[in-house]
Amino acid sequence: MSATTTVPASVATTTGTRILLSNVVKDYGLATPAVDGVSLDIEPGEFMTLLGPSGSGKTTTLNLIAGFETLTAGAIAFNGTDVSTLPPHKRNLGMLFQNYALFPHMTVAQNVAYPLRERRLPKAEIARKVADVLKLVQLTGRDDTYPAQLSGGQQQRVALARAIVFGPNALLLDEPLGALDRNLRATLQAEIQRIHREVGTTFVFVTHDQEEAMTLSDRIALFNNGRIEQIGTPEALYRTPETLFTARFLGDSNVFPLTEPAGGKAVWEDSTWAVDPHTISARAAEGGPSALVVRPEDVRIAAGADAVPPNANCVAATVRGLDYLGAYRTAVLSLGRGGVVGRARIDAVETGPLIDRPVVAWWPVERQRVVAV
Amino acid sequence: MTATVTRPADATPPAAAPATRRRDRAIDAIPWWLKLIGTVVALYLILPTLIVIPMSFSSASTFQFPPKDFSLRLYENFFTNPVWLSALRNSVVVAFLAALLATVVGTAAALGLHNLRGRLARFARTMLMISMVTPAVVIAVAVYISFLEWQLVGTFAGYVLAHAAIGVPFVLVSVTGALGGFDPKLLRASASLGAPPLRTFWFVTMPLIGRGIVTGAVFAFVTSFDEVVIALFLRSPDVQTLPVQMYNSVTVEIDPTIAASSSVVVTAVTAVCLLVQFVGGRRKSR
Repeated sequence: MSATTTVPASVATTTGTRILLSNVVKDYGLATPAVDGVSLDIEPGEFMTLLGPSGSGKTTTLNLIAGFETLTAGAIAFNGTDVSTLPPHKRNLGMLFQNYALFPHMTVAQNVAYPLRERRLPKAEIARKVADVLKLVQLTGRDDTYPAQLSGGQQQRVALARAIVFGPNALLLDEPLGALDRNLRATLQAEIQRIHREVGTTFVFVTHDQEEAMTLSDRIALFNNGRIEQIGTPEALYRTPETLFTARFLGDSNVFPLTEPAGGKAVWEDSTWAVDPHTISARAAEGGPSALVVRPEDVRIAAGADAVPPNANCVAATVRGLDYLGAYRTAVLSLGRGGVVGRARIDAVETGPLIDRPVVAWWPVERQRVVAV
Repeated sequence: MTATVTRPADATPPAAAPATRRRDRAIDAIPWWLKLIGTVVALYLILPTLIVIPMSFSSASTFQFPPKDFSLRLYENFFTNPVWLSALRNSVVVAFLAALLATVVGTAAALGLHNLRGRLARFARTMLMISMVTPAVVIAVAVYISFLEWQLVGTFAGYVLAHAAIGVPFVLVSVTGALGGFDPKLLRASASLGAPPLRTFWFVTMPLIGRGIVTGAVFAFVTSFDEVVIALFLRSPDVQTLPVQMYNSVTVEIDPTIAASSSVVVTAVTAVCLLVQFVGGRRKSR
């Protein structure tokens, strides 16, 4: 059993590689560059996720790291060595693709042996490494199977084995779970996490799925329009977003666009709210339009303003409906004069407000955040 | 491929199972009149070719059908007469070299054009295909005039170059077809695993589009082997191809040996095509 939980010596890499992107630009000559000045310092052994909507430049950035695309400007370095002009086959990077990209005319063992054969390893060593890595991804005994005879999850595990067997500088994962169903995704997420832990190499993971990013990553680089909107741990991005884009992309938010610049007070419609200076993001503090965001789980509902505790902000609301989500329910709210749609989480014990009754939604001052728009 | 991904990870799912069931399902029977039409068309296409085979076993010194008796005299004549033999050898050598050249050029062109979009790529493709729709005699005259200048008329190099040019479109079409089912991500996967482009081509691209390459090569070979119009313009007393010798034997000598040579050609070409189909079919079934 210990063989499946500890990494075989022949597969393990000594240390991960530091990947440094400095002002990377990729311009296809369209209206805006696909990647527009991205700087990113990926630490050795880190699980870094490039997250963003489609067309935000995250996949192009990954392809630039892999060497499949050439840089328009900027530089990429592995462990301090510039690789900007190195062709992909000399970068020593493992790569996982959404459609697995297994060689259909080769067996599982031949697929996994491919990078070892390219590195001219002796036959016996190749056989040993292939057996070890197939054990690591729990596909022992499927050596002579062709990819078409395997399920999607099994194919991706073969691709994973093939991508790590040669001890790459880093593993690049291009939405590898996109083609799998929900249960299988969870299984393979766990598998990827385990292998990251055991192999210890740098992982660069591209996805548009914020939940997947939150689950897997040490840090997330959130992309928007070819630039990095914010970099940080999943918790930092969720708890302390700099901009409205970040707040909206990770999780749900109640959003109140502010009519006055963030200062001592926040003004939205008729409401004037107290603001704790610690909850103003650096980007919002620079000036310009800002918004106040509160997560649904921080919003409570009270019958009237007198029931709101001190040191909390509140707004008039109407409950429009209740969504049952298993572990908890959320109330769909209509907020303020304009009827902005908002959400509040309701615990099971709170038997709850009545639908279409005017109530007060409130939240602790320290749980709100002022972000740049 | 995406249709198979919803299965749980540890089920053992031979992907062929549902496909086989579908293939076994009875389809509507073919009506008798459709079978009749099919048979008539097939006979119409094949019979003129097959008629030379009984003729080739005749002993007469003129054309006879049906032959009155059986003899191998015409075959003996074909395989002992140095004029016929050298024509056969010339044709085989020219067709082989022309097919080789056409396959290399056509495959390279198909790979290059596969990744290109836009007007220039379409123009390049049209230029490469143009010999398919140009009347043979126009090509022949053009080739003849240019080759006179370059002193290639009546040389091996001349035959090979001209025949390779008309073989390229066949390779281009069949390799382009094979590339339609080729996943370009495999090239990136191979590169990421450390294989330089040429080794990627050898170990990944070629095995996967091999059927297209071989099909194109066979077509290029056969096209050159039975090409007569250009060969008539390029012929010299020293170098003649088999079709030209056959043409001469009928128009100049009235020699029934052509029946034997035709039979040899029909048999050889059929054998090559069947062989390719057999080998290709076996690989596909794996």
